[in-house]
Amino acid sequence: MIKLEKLSKAYETDGVETPVLFGIDLKIDSGEFVAIMGPSGSGKSTLMQILGFLDRPSTGKYFFDGKDTASFSDDELAALRNARLGFIFQSFNLLPRTTVLENVKLPLQYSPTTKEKDKDSLAIEALKSVGLEHRINFLSNQLSGGEKQRVAIARALVLKPKVIFADEPTGNLDSKSGSQVMEILDQLNEQGHTIILVTHESNTARFAKRIISISDGRIVKDERVADRKQYTGELK
Amino acid sequence: MNYLVTVTTALRVLKSNKSRTFLTMLGIVIGIASVIVIISVGAGAQSLIFNQISSVGSNLIGIMPGYSDENGPPASVLGVAVTTLKSDDGLALKKITGVVAVTSYVRGITTVQWQNQKIDATFVGTTTEYPQVEAADTLWGDFFNSTDDKGISRVAVLGFQVWQDLFGDQNPVGESIKIKGENFRVVGVVNKKGVQGFENKDTLIFIPLETTQKILLGISHVSLIRVKVVDDQKVPEVLEQCKQILRERHDITGSKPDDFSARAATQALDVLSQITNALRFFLAGIAAISLLVGGVGIMNIMLIAVNERTKEIGLRKSIGATKNNIQKQFLIEAVILTVIGGLLGVVVGLAFSGLVAIVANYLGYEWQWVVTIPSILLAVGFSGAVGIVFGWYPARQAANLEPIAALRHE
Repeated sequence: MIKLEKLSKAYETDGVETPVLFGIDLKIDSGEFVAIMGPSGSGKSTLMQILGFLDRPSTGKYFFDGKDTASFSDDELAALRNARLGFIFQSFNLLPRTTVLENVKLPLQYSPTTKEKDKDSLAIEALKSVGLEHRINFLSNQLSGGEKQRVAIARALVLKPKVIFADEPTGNLDSKSGSQVMEILDQLNEQGHTIILVTHESNTARFAKRIISISDGRIVKDERVADRKQYTGELK
Repeated sequence: MNYLVTVTTALRVLKSNKSRTFLTMLGIVIGIASVIVIISVGAGAQSLIFNQISSVGSNLIGIMPGYSDENGPPASVLGVAVTTLKSDDGLALKKITGVVAVTSYVRGITTVQWQNQKIDATFVGTTTEYPQVEAADTLWGDFFNSTDDKGISRVAVLGFQVWQDLFGDQNPVGESIKIKGENFRVVGVVNKKGVQGFENKDTLIFIPLETTQKILLGISHVSLIRVKVVDDQKVPEVLEQCKQILRERHDITGSKPDDFSARAATQALDVLSQITNALRFFLAGIAAISLLVGGVGIMNIMLIAVNERTKEIGLRKSIGATKNNIQKQFLIEAVILTVIGGLLGVVVGLAFSGLVAIVANYLGYEWQWVVTIPSILLAVGFSGAVGIVFGWYPARQAANLEPIAALRHE
């Protein structure tokens, strides 16, 4: 579903070019659970941002669902992000002083195909799948960190995207809520969503089925996970 | 994208920072309020002036000595004494068809005394047709008649206020008063008339024209002739004939300019309305500048808001908002800000101009509280336009943020 060919990325600030990614070749199939690992500054976040159409590559090709994305306009990419991708961030990025329901409904605001009357039920459905239906009318700043991240997951889920990107989703959470979040991601993968996780914690990465290690802008390792952590019901 | 959602989002954002929202709006509130006040108070003042002038009578023609430009003031207004106009000119004008009455005026200020009461008053030398021209009637006695006029009689008719000041409520007819040291017999009192044409008619004393000219002033000319025409329609025609007759009488031929200024009261109305309109729009224009300043304030705050909400913009873009969506969101925020500010400004402006009207009426002026729907719509529309113009740049800035740069922003 995702195919990168010799993809590179360099940032230019004040005329100085800083290369971040060098000739990345990568294939991710539908239904995979991939962790992109690497130390900070390795280029893993940049890779995820390019994969998530939040940034464009400098050279090389990116095929999504078999289509070369270089020709896509900004608006087409926005529509793609809206309908096919979901994002979960380290710092949750919920709208402050806004109810949980409104936060989850946010992507629906930009979805031309969703009918007004379906919006509430879609959002409630997504909140149920992360176990937060009892928090619907809470304001986002009244929630705990774990709950905030679960609201963010519900928001990413609400339009049933093919791919969910999670950028250090457990980075700001204690270990208990962290594993809760990872378990939810695991369940979503079971339900058929492709999950692309970016992390520097090997503990978190071991939830994935495949780990891609990046160092200095190059893929240095790409392997299946043998001793995979999975939701067993026994985790704290 | 749903406008209702955008509007409720904008209202939530504006509500979440109440004091900033209020202060940002204040510029627009003050701007719109001052435009409304100026337009409304201007219209009130205009109606006051019009009432004053038309209370004199719209079917009057006034003739003053000295040439003047159509739209400029006559020479006599500027304090130049011109002696070319005589009372005989007035009598000659009487013969024009359509003229009801003609009267001439001279005037001066002096001390008037009855027994021990002394006051300063304006005396007006005029003819027996004065009551007809100025629509005046008497409270006591009668206005002087043509025998008094021709015989240089020392008789006087008092204005209402003069009578009150000198005699209290007593009947003054037959009493002897001193005007400029000369003895005069009071023959009547004119009924209360109030302020007309910016002059309080109640403080005047009326004396036969020739008496005034010879005994009090020592002159032979008059300073004003008023011609009353049978109706408004005839005024231009009569005015033209007045000019012709006067030119003939004063031996003015060919292209030589008149040595008098003849004008209809309605003409003065036109000139005044031009002046007051120009003044009104000039002041409203100045007030509109304060709206521009308010607009710059809005732009400033919106830029700060875009910067503060960079992360939110990044998030919205990452979940599918297009440039257009973001631009619309910020633009609508700016417009809501200015339109609410505009509405508040209208309320403040109306309240203030209402207060002015109440005070003016209390002080005895016939002041109307003029509120026109178009001016309100214009004010609100203009404030909305200010929001679009000054919200455009910040909204554009927001829309052009790269989603990733916006997300990384701390």
